[in-house]
Amino acid sequence: METVTLTPKAQPDLYIDAENITPDAFAGKTAAEIAAFHVHEGNQTGLLGTYFDVSGKAGATAAETKIVIKGDVLKVKYIGMRMTAGEILVEGSADMYIGAWMEGGRIHVRGNIDAFSGTGMKGGEIEVDGNAGNYLGAAYRGDWRGMQSGTIRVHGNAGSDIGTFMNGGTIIIDGDVDVHVGTHAEGGTIIVKGNGKSKIGGQMVKGEIYVFGTIDVMMPGYVYRKDVDLEVDGTKATFAMYEGDMGERHGKRKGEVIYGHIYQKY
Amino acid sequence: MTKIVTDVVCPFCGTLCDDLEVKVSDDGTQILEVYNACVIGTEKFLHSQAKDRLKVPQMQDEEGNWKDVSIDDAVDYTAQMLCNAKKPLMYGWSSTNCEAQSTGNEIAEIVGAVVDNTATVCHGTTLIAVQDVGVPSCTLGEVKNRADRIVFWGCNPAHAHPRHMSRYSIFPRGFFTGKGHKARKMVVVDPRSTDTAKMADVHMQIEQGRDYELLSALRVAVRGAPLPETVAGIPRETIQDVAETLKSGRFVVIFFGMGVTQTLSKNHNIDMAISLTRDLNEYTKAAIMPMRGHYNVTGSGQVLGWQFGFPFCVDLSRGFARYNPGDSSSNDLLRRGEVDAVFVLGSDPGAHFPISSVKKIAQLPSVCVDPHHTPTSAVCKLHMPVAFVGVEEAGCAYRMDNVPIETRKVVEAPEGMVSDEEFLKMVLTRVKEIKGVA
Ligand code: SF4
Repeated sequence: METVTLTPKAQPDLYIDAENITPDAFAGKTAAEIAAFHVHEGNQTGLLGTYFDVSGKAGATAAETKIVIKGDVLKVKYIGMRMTAGEILVEGSADMYIGAWMEGGRIHVRGNIDAFSGTGMKGGEIEVDGNAGNYLGAAYRGDWRGMQSGTIRVHGNAGSDIGTFMNGGTIIIDGDVDVHVGTHAEGGTIIVKGNGKSKIGGQMVKGEIYVFGTIDVMMPGYVYRKDVDLEVDGTKATFAMYEGDMGERHGKRKGEVIYGHIYQKY
Repeated sequence: MTKIVTDVVCPFCGTLCDDLEVKVSDDGTQILEVYNACVIGTEKFLHSQAKDRLKVPQMQDEEGNWKDVSIDDAVDYTAQMLCNAKKPLMYGWSSTNCEAQSTGNEIAEIVGAVVDNTATVCHGTTLIAVQDVGVPSCTLGEVKNRADRIVFWGCNPAHAHPRHMSRYSIFPRGFFTGKGHKARKMVVVDPRSTDTAKMADVHMQIEQGRDYELLSALRVAVRGAPLPETVAGIPRETIQDVAETLKSGRFVVIFFGMGVTQTLSKNHNIDMAISLTRDLNEYTKAAIMPMRGHYNVTGSGQVLGWQFGFPFCVDLSRGFARYNPGDSSSNDLLRRGEVDAVFVLGSDPGAHFPISSVKKIAQLPSVCVDPHHTPTSAVCKLHMPVAFVGVEEAGCAYRMDNVPIETRKVVEAPEGMVSDEEFLKMVLTRVKEIKGVA
């Protein structure tokens, strides 16, 4: 695997859209060619090389390309957008839309990420050592397909609206989450190892939400069914199982109604 | 001899009453009296008559001293500011006509700006929910003639839309509602005991921030599924009774306001309310409608909708329309430092935005176009006074139920004053010159 290193130099006045920072776009290119890629600051088109020192070279394909960003990119949006393979390592914190509509490969951020990361994600892996913002792994506005596959793992806390309209894949938050978890979910798994707040699993049709800590207020459409012993992401424990959301439509399988599930650890 | 102008449309709130009568002086320059309007509507007309009204544009220097400038200077400053910015924000648009909105959007497209309207701080969340789950709605005429179950959720029409209940929702005797309010059941959901709540058959005094749960509980009750003993501070029996009341109506309408759109859960509250409306349609006819505030905020959404496909938060900086509240919304753009110039027309963010956003406006090149000197003008570099739309200038406006109504010109604007649309057209011409586009 070949590595391209991006070292931030000039800070943009505003913010830049840099959807070209992906192994797919970099593959087969030299450092000079990559430095000539377009980025957008408002209505102005600039060059990637204006904001980053580019060194190393890319592999022949996306899968053979690793991108290392040395430092914070707090004013750079869309890193890793639609990537299908390869790797991105951000050694600092990144802004919004990291890994949006990602289909494969791996993104690792050592710092924090902002809102709309992993929007409409279809595959691959995002790992964040710090915190994530709102709308992690959610659907784009108006889309009924949120995260469909892949894994997002956040070691810190996450904001509100994670996994909205999710219908596949896994989101794991080691810390706490804000309101609205898995709203409108039609599949997929969300694991919250810290505390939840309220509005968890609202309008959920199908899917699983595990909460290890507290839930301030349970949605009224959830009914406690039984206790179950489970192993969740390496933790063996007894969980209270709730089914719902009773106010929402639900499909049937073999004559049985399929509900969404919330599991709360004792 | 004075004369009476009839069928005047009130350019204040989203109710857009179209039955006003205004007594004007012989020479057609002065409004003497306003009939049929509510207090706030009357005030809007009389305000235009203020003797100390600003008539010339003013610019503010570094020290905060204002000096008069010509309209040409104002046009040039505005055009230069918009053309030199990398990402200008063009905000407001709810208190002007569709003609001005459309011209403003044309400028935004040429300069690569973000266009956002006041929905961003009121019913924008409603628009997000509508995009997520659709909306079964109706016109206010249908409400008047058919509705027998009225819900006011997180809104207080007694004060914010004073003639709403008498013209459309509670009191009027319509075609199928001949008994007026006697045959209508009124449910109010509000944490406070408002003047609207005091009139209700049922007032659900909900715990603050629990609208999402209560709406969900109503959906559960409509389906006849079990509920916890209390939800959001409301006993199960009350929730079940209200669900029955709604199901047994011939026509249910849910009106909602900023008490649900801008409190915890925001768009999700409306999403759930729309879902409840949809569920009710399995038993009876039900519709839902936002109580839009400014008289033509609905129109701005309509115009942006047909021009760019999105009703607010439209980012045109890349040459195509993008939309994502949370990213392209005015307060997020200002808070994060994503814009480098601010143009305001037909709104007062200086009074309504968080102080952190207002401070950002104060630091940037900025223009405020408004008949009055407002808190926004106070932080802007240029204040451009204009004629009152709906009083001194006619034009199209959309009522809260998306019905377009042509507003009327009642009196002449003071000598030499231009309208929003005229000013924007001059800016557009200057922008085209600077950019070299035909
Ligand atoms: S209810 Fe609204 S539109 Fe009607 S007169 Fe009053 S302010 Fe004007």
